[in-house]
Amino acid sequence: MKKNRTLRKAAAYIMLLAVGLIMSFPFIWMIFACFKTNTEILGSTKLLPESFSFDAFVKGWNGVGNITFATYLKNTFIMVIPVVLATVFSCSFTAYGFARFRFPLKKLFFGLMISTLMLPNSVIIIPRYLIFNKLGILNTYWPFYLPAIFACYPFFIFMIVQFLRGIPIELDEAARIDGCSSLRVYFEILIPLIKPALFSAGLFQFMWTWNDFFNSLIYISSVKKFPVSLGLRASLDTAAQIQWDKVMAMSLISVLPLIIMFFFAQKYFVEGISTTGLKG
Amino acid sequence: MKETKSAAVPKKKWKLRDFRGFFFILPWMIGFFTLQLYPFLASLYYSFTSFSILGTPKFVGLSNYIRLFTIDPDFKKSLMVTFEYALIEVPCKLLFALIIALILNIKIKGINAFRTLYYIPSILGGSVAVSALWRLMFMNDGILNKLLNLAGIPSVSWLGSAGTAMFVICLLQVWQFGSSMVLFLAALKQIPQDLYESASIDGAGPFTKFFYITLPMITSIVFFNLIMQTINSLQNFTSAFVITNGGPLKSTYLIGMKLYTEGFNNFKMGYACAISWVLFGVILVLTLLVFKSSDAWVYYEDGGDF
Repeated sequence: MKKNRTLRKAAAYIMLLAVGLIMSFPFIWMIFACFKTNTEILGSTKLLPESFSFDAFVKGWNGVGNITFATYLKNTFIMVIPVVLATVFSCSFTAYGFARFRFPLKKLFFGLMISTLMLPNSVIIIPRYLIFNKLGILNTYWPFYLPAIFACYPFFIFMIVQFLRGIPIELDEAARIDGCSSLRVYFEILIPLIKPALFSAGLFQFMWTWNDFFNSLIYISSVKKFPVSLGLRASLDTAAQIQWDKVMAMSLISVLPLIIMFFFAQKYFVEGISTTGLKG
Repeated sequence: MKETKSAAVPKKKWKLRDFRGFFFILPWMIGFFTLQLYPFLASLYYSFTSFSILGTPKFVGLSNYIRLFTIDPDFKKSLMVTFEYALIEVPCKLLFALIIALILNIKIKGINAFRTLYYIPSILGGSVAVSALWRLMFMNDGILNKLLNLAGIPSVSWLGSAGTAMFVICLLQVWQFGSSMVLFLAALKQIPQDLYESASIDGAGPFTKFFYITLPMITSIVFFNLIMQTINSLQNFTSAFVITNGGPLKSTYLIGMKLYTEGFNNFKMGYACAISWVLFGVILVLTLLVFKSSDAWVYYEDGGDF
């Protein structure tokens, strides 16, 4: 029996390692490809480069024309950070309203909010585009900011509502008896308590907005305002031969913030999806 | 205190202070009406109009829909391609996620390290960077063919023929099985151990245990995953756009790409809205089917209260 179990565990390890190796092969290969020359990438089967050269990083970073990859990175941060902050604030504010107050038609509104979980982005994208066009905010980051400011992310609202439900209402009530207003209850009592949920929501929003391609493609048209996703795509779109060494180096840089964030905040990712079933 | 008291009296008149809740859901309400409900209804209306971005919508009845299903060959193609894609990608991804979750659920050391390793693709997989990597690896003179050649297998034109191009796109999704896996793992951990112990006493083998205990106990999470992954896969855009650009011969021309082309290249807004509503209809029907069928195969321990 005991021997059987050790055997099973060994088999499990071997299988997990094998799957892990196959899965991470693309990344490992990508990292080494960044130090190769373009001809080496297309010509050699070796994993390790002939010589480690930072040429691709330098060339890629300088970009084309007078727009460097630094611009794309800066733009991405300008786009992503306000979206994350606004989402966390507006969604938790709304969640507080749903979780802690009774008001007329609450059931109806909550139901509507939940039903938007299933509302596909493709259905609303064209009228939204037209609205943003009318407002004259195409080719700015406002089409990203506005849905964040106005809590159009039911996933996060739901997640924070669930989290709030786990916090005893007596806490708010005690504070209120002491003369705390509902606003102060939210800011001074609940926010510190729901930090993990806020953190999870912020991380997911960071990841989704950082990786976003479809919306950027539609809303952002001038190269000066391109986030990294569009910048990378532009480098693939040239009529001339694609410089794969440059593309790989810049791809690596563009995913680096996500990888760093993931390693520092893994716990929140895993908790976030386990508690609410968020897609990753 | 007041709140608990009023909860016991259902037919009470609302007082002004009961409207405080609205203050907190106000941001969401503005967003819901202007950026969700209005666009939703507007796109239904536009789908019955002929509408380029410059002019005003002109009502044309059902002709957009008729054109989609009778005249436009690309649309039917893209609908079939999208179905094929979802039908391959979603079950493969969930099956893979479940198998790995089952293995990780054996109490072994280093589970966290493996979980991290498997989760990373889910974080990066949607990015243009990874799509670019995929395109490079599966090119004719990409690394994959080189490795095949080393093993004495002739090159495959991965992105050049219909079947394999679809395979490449699906593989990118299946590769991102990590988030589903974490969900399955959480569900597996919830299963009471004594169920397995008593089954062992009754002489049940691992397969019996799996089909009679494990699987029934995680059906609700399978169900949830199935719905969310299907909705997502029907809307995929980035990978097809960057890796294959819909080709070869529109074999990976997903409906998201068709929508983008009509709406934002040809600026036929009404026509694009009609496409989006067909997509919405498909999603709605599939979701309802899964929901309806769920009574038969989903087991809720708490009786099914969501």
